[in-house]
Amino acid sequence: MGEDTDTRKINHSFLRDHSYVTEADIISTVEFNHTGELLATGDKGGRVVIFQREPESKNAPHSQGEYDVYSTFQSHEPEFDYLKSLEIEEKINKIKWLPQQNAAHSLLSTNDKTIKLWKITERDKRPEGYNLKDEEGKLKDLSTVTSLQVPVLKPMDLMVEVSPRRVFANGHTYHINSISVNSDCETYMSADDLRINLWHLAITDRSFNIVDIKPANMEDLTEVITASEFHPHHCNLFVYSSSKGSLRLCDMRAAALCDKHSKLFEEPEDPSNRSFFSEIISSVSDVKFSHSGRYMLTRDYLTVKVWDLNMEARPIETYQVHDYLRSKLCSLYENDCIFDKFECAWNGSDSVIMTGAYNNFFRMFDRNTKRDVTLEASRESSKPRAVLKPRRVCVGGKRRRDDISVDSLDFTKKILHTAWHPAENIIAIAATNNLYIFQDKVNSDMHRGRGRTAFAGGCLKPGKKGFTATNHRKPTRLSALKFTSFIPGFNRAQSFPRH
Amino acid sequence: MMLSKGLKRKREEEEEEKEALAVDAWWLEPGHPAVAQAPPAVASSSLFDLSVLKLHHSLRQSEPDLRHLVLVVNTLRRIQASMAPAATLPPVPSPPTAPGIADNLLASSDAALSASMASLLEDLSHIEGLSQAPQPLVDEGPPGRPSGAAPPSLGALDLLGPATGCLLDDGLEGLFEDIDTSMYDSEFWAPVSEGHKPSPEDGPGKEEAPELDEAELDYLMDVLVGTQALERPPGPGR
Repeated sequence: MGEDTDTRKINHSFLRDHSYVTEADIISTVEFNHTGELLATGDKGGRVVIFQREPESKNAPHSQGEYDVYSTFQSHEPEFDYLKSLEIEEKINKIKWLPQQNAAHSLLSTNDKTIKLWKITERDKRPEGYNLKDEEGKLKDLSTVTSLQVPVLKPMDLMVEVSPRRVFANGHTYHINSISVNSDCETYMSADDLRINLWHLAITDRSFNIVDIKPANMEDLTEVITASEFHPHHCNLFVYSSSKGSLRLCDMRAAALCDKHSKLFEEPEDPSNRSFFSEIISSVSDVKFSHSGRYMLTRDYLTVKVWDLNMEARPIETYQVHDYLRSKLCSLYENDCIFDKFECAWNGSDSVIMTGAYNNFFRMFDRNTKRDVTLEASRESSKPRAVLKPRRVCVGGKRRRDDISVDSLDFTKKILHTAWHPAENIIAIAATNNLYIFQDKVNSDMHRGRGRTAFAGGCLKPGKKGFTATNHRKPTRLSALKFTSFIPGFNRAQSFPRH
Repeated sequence: MMLSKGLKRKREEEEEEKEALAVDAWWLEPGHPAVAQAPPAVASSSLFDLSVLKLHHSLRQSEPDLRHLVLVVNTLRRIQASMAPAATLPPVPSPPTAPGIADNLLASSDAALSASMASLLEDLSHIEGLSQAPQPLVDEGPPGRPSGAAPPSLGALDLLGPATGCLLDDGLEGLFEDIDTSMYDSEFWAPVSEGHKPSPEDGPGKEEAPELDEAELDYLMDVLVGTQALERPPGPGR
């Protein structure tokens, strides 16, 4: 792909006022691949930037596995639907990596209407010594050719090439909000407000509709689909969430059209907290299966909840993200913040969950110790290798020195997109147009010095139903997590493709 | 139009005042009774206005965010239900006499509010081209309205149906319902006195104030929507 010399996207760094943000640079999705070696981000301008983790080098112990730009390409362009006289935004809503099956990497990226499969390959050798062509590719004058030679592969500067392999278009009438690759590695699903389609990765001209909640009369519409995901291990199961706060687990073996759910997960409304905004704040903005496949994590406006697949009546755990906003719902409704869609994430061992909030804060909850922490993603608090300091929002009562009061929270600084490395304590946080990558320094030191005790692999263990694989990774103790920043407030607008 | 705009502005000012009240309550301690559960009478009225504004704004988008729209509509229904607990809230408004939401709002609110809602709907109808909107402005629906009259009803969400459907989805009808007929609206309103409508009763030189009564409104709307061919002469008064 061509290098981007698009001046529109270059943010002039001499502008010290960081409130100047090119809208196209606003990050709209963040996703690690299955090994954590690659990190992809999508933005409102339809661009995808992929970061690669540098292999740890003994020469520079401090730059242990830092992320550097690997490739940049334009995934989607703005389109105009002439029939409806509508512009289709190029904003990347979601990126999902395919499991790696050969030397190339593949990912799916989607905007509101069209999903694309991109293949990323490396080229680090090129043939030299052709008989008929010279170095620039021009045909040689045959009279100068006196002997024959065999072309030889010579090393060259690494070039990363990206090409669109499939375009899955015209499958959705409404706006696509999620995509999910099946564990069978052959199919994937895409969900819009009212329908979910199942695609085969190799077939672009048709898809199967597996969920359709569009009422016969649009006037009867009271609920939309907000997110969906395939089960990580069972290729027939998937879940989708709704704007009314319910989750539906569906089994594709049961019927071709999965309108009838296998399980319905719904928590009854708390009568003491009832307000006009009850439904809005119960709307689920993200749903994620745990790595084990046993739990689901959901995010609604004020809480994150952990659900056990075996219990539909209510979540097994509920964590308050920013309960101090409960009394401010009216104002948040007025300025539309109440409709913000926050994502959530599990850590590799499913023991810690993370989600974003306002004022560039993000929160982590340790499921085992029940402790939580609030951290901030900002330039000031993210000097290289500085340890992140826990933050606190005070709601009256005793106020400590560095506390932020609720009324001085900046609601324009929202952390909607976060991702956690599949195996290690490395997190990626998108704060508007900035990408922050934080690493748990303490555990990685342990990791190097005393062997891999913190991140053991899985092993077979006899159980009641025969042999099952268990994840022996030691659950992370949140108090040991001290995040340092080694990419200080990486400003995406300054990124360059690698060559 | 001028009148309706004036009304809207007034409503916004009124809403700002009420919001100021709400904001003031904001600063109070969370345990303060004023904040804990906003007194329904005051909060609901401004919340209602706010929600209606949001709904209006959402519908005006070329491609409304369905989730936002659905949440606002559901919230509006809750607010409306709390404001008028006696009024019944039909889950599916019966076509074709009145759109669900507008009808309930009108039934339960005062004259000023109903007038502003009416102007709101009128604006919406001009935009979306579903021109049965003037109907709910008068309390009595016209008798003899054919039950098969074009789009079944005018709930806020139904306005979405044709607009967001695509060729694959709703077929050819979906295409044409999308067309903005406000241009044609103005043509019909203005030159009525010029005698564009053929009529055996009218003389060419007859001068009349261009009043349109309900029956003529009906007729014109039906023509626009396509259920009537333009052959039948309009009713008396021409």
